[in-house]
Amino acid sequence: MNRLPILTLSHISKRFAAQEVLSDFHLTINDGEFFTILGPSGCGKTTVLRLIAGFEQPNEGKILLNGEDIAGIPAEKRPVNTVFQSYALFPHLSVFDNVAFGLKMAEVDAQNIAVRVADALAIVRLSDFATRKPHQLSGGQKQRVAIARAVVNRPKILLLDESLSALDHKLRQQMQLELKQLQRQLGITFVYVTHDQEEALSMSDRILVMHNGQAQQVGTPREIYEAPRNLFVAQFIGEINVFDGEITRALGEYQYQAMINGVERDIRCDHRFAAGDRVHVMLRPEDLRIDCRPNVLERKGFPGVVLERNYTGQTLNSHIRLENGQAVTVHEFFDEDDPDFDYSINQKVGVDWVPGWEHVIPAERSGQA
Amino acid sequence: MKVFKWSFIAAIFAYLYLPIGILVINSFNASKYGYEWKGFTLEWYAKLWENEALTQAFLNSLLIASLAATAATIIGTLMALALHRYRFPLKATASSLLFIVMMSPDIVLAITFLIIFIALGIQLGFWSLLIAHITFCLPFVVITVYAQLKGFDKYLLEAAQDLGASESRIFRLIILPLVFPAIVAGWLLSFTLSLDDVIISSFVTGSSFEILPIRVFSMVKVGVSPEVNVLATLLLAISLLLVTFSTLLLRKKYTHD
Repeated sequence: MNRLPILTLSHISKRFAAQEVLSDFHLTINDGEFFTILGPSGCGKTTVLRLIAGFEQPNEGKILLNGEDIAGIPAEKRPVNTVFQSYALFPHLSVFDNVAFGLKMAEVDAQNIAVRVADALAIVRLSDFATRKPHQLSGGQKQRVAIARAVVNRPKILLLDESLSALDHKLRQQMQLELKQLQRQLGITFVYVTHDQEEALSMSDRILVMHNGQAQQVGTPREIYEAPRNLFVAQFIGEINVFDGEITRALGEYQYQAMINGVERDIRCDHRFAAGDRVHVMLRPEDLRIDCRPNVLERKGFPGVVLERNYTGQTLNSHIRLENGQAVTVHEFFDEDDPDFDYSINQKVGVDWVPGWEHVIPAERSGQA
Repeated sequence: MKVFKWSFIAAIFAYLYLPIGILVINSFNASKYGYEWKGFTLEWYAKLWENEALTQAFLNSLLIASLAATAATIIGTLMALALHRYRFPLKATASSLLFIVMMSPDIVLAITFLIIFIALGIQLGFWSLLIAHITFCLPFVVITVYAQLKGFDKYLLEAAQDLGASESRIFRLIILPLVFPAIVAGWLLSFTLSLDDVIISSFVTGSSFEILPIRVFSMVKVGVSPEVNVLATLLLAISLLLVTFSTLLLRKKYTHD
């Protein structure tokens, strides 16, 4: 699906006192997408959201909404609404009045307000709660009121600041699904800020990974997970095993031979390398295989011993220590044909993968080849 | 053990409230000196009503208390809002200075006021009294209102702004309704404080404007008359009423998380 950009941040810098939170920051968000800004706390993601909302003004740079620079426009005049982490419902107003607040500010007539508030409450399934006060609602209900209060204004962009983090695990998963459905139903661009990578992967059309005020990578959840651009992204999103290697020679376009942990292997990647280049060969735990054949000569892959194995129900997660001391995690699904599938602690095994499943990036840190 | 516990509690309450109780009872006592019960009477209440000097002092007190409370509430509320909303230089100093006024012994404040009024050539009377009362009431209002403001989600104001509310509408539709109970409580507190202040008032008022506590004070120098008992009972009733009311107002908190 081809979408047009609705919001562009260019050359944005933002300083608080002496601290530079963002510098020369760029971002493009497309119309109608569910866009997530993901990063650890303090990475600047909330600042980006507050800049879009208008609670903060950038020191430099432009914020274009539908091609119009909104950088100097205060929050109350921007066609953008926010769902706060703490919900920030007005405690002295009923659910109805909370949701109607934005429309009243826009001087919509009372009849229209009644209709639109009723619609918004119906969307979040709270029609029966219109007369309640916020303190009479559960966490999930407050969350829904906060969403209704924002979407009732038909914003161009809906901003959500860690909006699910106050909910318990089960409710959070349910709300993830609801948010995603709501976004499709309304067709409004959602910009969601979170530090929870699972949440980001499951809800977003595209994700921006941030670290130290810098954009690390923008892409679909699949791209971010399967083809992380650097070590930070790889390690922040899910678990990953990183093997250090050195290119020994090129075999063809995007095909190389590399020395990894003292073993020559063929690798495939979309970077161009020359012989002698150091690389990180990265594999998700579920992409690794354990070879436990008793004969050491038949075993393939890096030799190691089983340190620990955890049964999770769906998978068997094994922690292997390779001969060079590196710890590796392997997740394997159970095989219906082999009910006794398990390893014993200290068992000698080989760790291998299907050729082509590796993801290779230029080395960022030094390590032995 | 249980008997011991209850008698201990009873002793404490007796210690606290027996003198007040006796005073109230004596205001209805037909005996002039109050050493024995000579029957119920409202005579002293009627006598008080006829005592013009006392009723004038009482009216003066009410006037000063309501003016001082109103002025302190307006200034104090604005100050609390500023402390809560804006970042400005010396903000921490400003708020700790308020505490200094609140903590200072009355006698220190009284002398300070007196020196200032003399230095500025302000005649001791209505205005000097009013200014002094506004000053010592102010910190109580600021602290009451500020505590209420701090109790609310700090994103409420941003949420209102986000929904298109201008600064004046945020104040009218969000801040004011939320802190209103604290404002009323601050007013009531100020009113009570002003009404029963003796020390500062005795320093800063002159013979042209006499208020009740000082009048009473000069009356009891020559012995406690039954009218004083009546006055004290009335004052007690007013204070109790106001304090109860302000407590009830502050208790009506909105739960939030």
